[in-house]
Amino acid sequence: MAERQAAQVPSNIVRRSFAIATWLGWKIESNWTDPFLFAVYSVIKPLAGAAIIVVMYSVVASGNFDTPYFAFLYFGNAFYQYVSSVITGVSWSIVDDREHYRTLKYLYVAPIRFQYYLLGRGVARILAGTFAVIITIAGGVLFLHVPLNFAQVDWLLFSVSFVLGIVVLIYMGLVLAGVTLMLAHHSDVVGDAVASAMFLFSGAIFPLSYLPAFIRPIGYALPVTYWLELLRRSIIGSSVESFSSFGSLTNLELLSILLGFTLLFGLFSNAIFRACERRAKEKGLIDQITNY
Amino acid sequence: MSAENSVLVEDLSRIYKIRGAKKHETRELTALSHVDLSVQRGELFGLLGPNGAGKTTLIKILTTLLSPTSGKARVAGFDVVTQAEQIRSRINMVSGGETSGYGLLTVRENLWMFAQFYGISTRLANERIQRLLEIVEMTDRANTKSADLSTGLRQKMNIVRGFLTDPEILFLDEPTLGLDVGASRDVRHFIRRWVDEDPTRTILLTTHYMVEADELCNRVAIINKGKVLACDSPANLKRDLRRESIFNIQVEAPDGYVFSKLNDLAGVVRVDVTPEDGYTQLDLMMQEESVLSSVIAEFNAHGLHLRSLEKREPTLEDVFVALVGARMEEVEHAEPAES
Repeated sequence: MAERQAAQVPSNIVRRSFAIATWLGWKIESNWTDPFLFAVYSVIKPLAGAAIIVVMYSVVASGNFDTPYFAFLYFGNAFYQYVSSVITGVSWSIVDDREHYRTLKYLYVAPIRFQYYLLGRGVARILAGTFAVIITIAGGVLFLHVPLNFAQVDWLLFSVSFVLGIVVLIYMGLVLAGVTLMLAHHSDVVGDAVASAMFLFSGAIFPLSYLPAFIRPIGYALPVTYWLELLRRSIIGSSVESFSSFGSLTNLELLSILLGFTLLFGLFSNAIFRACERRAKEKGLIDQITNY
Repeated sequence: MSAENSVLVEDLSRIYKIRGAKKHETRELTALSHVDLSVQRGELFGLLGPNGAGKTTLIKILTTLLSPTSGKARVAGFDVVTQAEQIRSRINMVSGGETSGYGLLTVRENLWMFAQFYGISTRLANERIQRLLEIVEMTDRANTKSADLSTGLRQKMNIVRGFLTDPEILFLDEPTLGLDVGASRDVRHFIRRWVDEDPTRTILLTTHYMVEADELCNRVAIINKGKVLACDSPANLKRDLRRESIFNIQVEAPDGYVFSKLNDLAGVVRVDVTPEDGYTQLDLMMQEESVLSSVIAEFNAHGLHLRSLEKREPTLEDVFVALVGARMEEVEHAEPAES
């Protein structure tokens, strides 16, 4: 009995929830095939995704890659891979554990901090996303003359923007996880649907000014829009400003907006997730398997 | 709440709203209706009922997976709605008949991982995993990926996962569902042994197997259509039926004889008829043994040939029949199962 009591005092349940979920996520993400195939897949997938955009651009611009707009498009598309990998990385395991592994109810019954579990499960996808971004940028620099001069990169701006962006994406992923928890049906497509929609509205591959005026407010309401703008500015400098919809805003102003979004999502994402969780428990959805 | 109560349920109801085929068309399904129940510390308590009776719904509420529509439920002294976190470190659950688990992980990795979630040290977890795998005879499969296990072995792994954390209260939802006879027997022995080892351990077990409830449980609640119909020890439940006489009878009947006529005889409580090859098996419940003479007279009058006649003790099945008016499988086939 004493042994049981000692064993069941969760000394650092937050750390354990995150660490063990990270281990599990990595096992799942990396073990579906042998290491060589996994490595090949990890290289080819992002390059193939970038190739689609490059071919489309090439047709429109008659193969002229030495333009500031190509750099705008290429970096936007490269970093956008984080949006999908972070948001769906955090939310996807709800679907995976509920429908595929059928362990969600056992995880819910366990004394873990579920939000940290979700984050841990997403780490492997975030790391895979990082690798994909690096591969995509390296491919662009090596084969398409995408301008990247490490000496001219504003590393301070890049670092601060990058961290804030990843944090806000994690918070967005938590909100999406809550929504996913409430949707027994079609929950598997929610993450992809949101990531795809934001690709259009966040100025990833074209400035917001190219969108119809009545749609632009959607882009302005997304933290991803400011994040991509800041990353581009930190890497390729002021040339990007001529294509953006934020020419009148300084880096500091953009950073302040991104910080504001991060604080806002930080304040509300956990509350939204808990509210969704409560609703899912009321509707009996936590362990509902659709067999879709 | 008494300190000796591991589970206390008061006036608990759960109603599901089920969407119809048309938009905005919903209907209500009452899974639990004003249930009162208490499970004492150290008890192996059984919830016995057909599929769709509300057993799983009750387990889901008690394990904090589902909110009740009304009423109160406390587990280990904590409210299931407002104190879920305090409950979770004290409980565990196993659902039978399912193949949950991470197929890419080995049996040992799956079990170790869940132990970690409960804050159990790796050393202690490994000791327990080894001991439990020995008990369920799976030590040779410890390093097998769970995807490569048979359904029965995955279920055994799942059962080990439940016991691994040595919970104060363990919820077992149809733990032997889908297991073969030998494996079911082993699991039942292990469950009984686990409770007997430590008087502070409590198990709430749901089953629709009468023998399982009879063999394992200190007390049994019989549940049907979301209502608890009776709650007592198996012996006491059956004792109430001892006033009545139950006979197993084998007869050869002429073509066209209608056995339901036996129900019209004075003193006959119920007749269950099972056609066999060349004869008919009757399970006859009567108010008193003397009624048997009028049954035999009926057989003689209509040319039925009596092959055998045997008096038997009442079972929990008989208790269920007396309470519900139908056998458990008849109830299951008559109504759609609970989702």
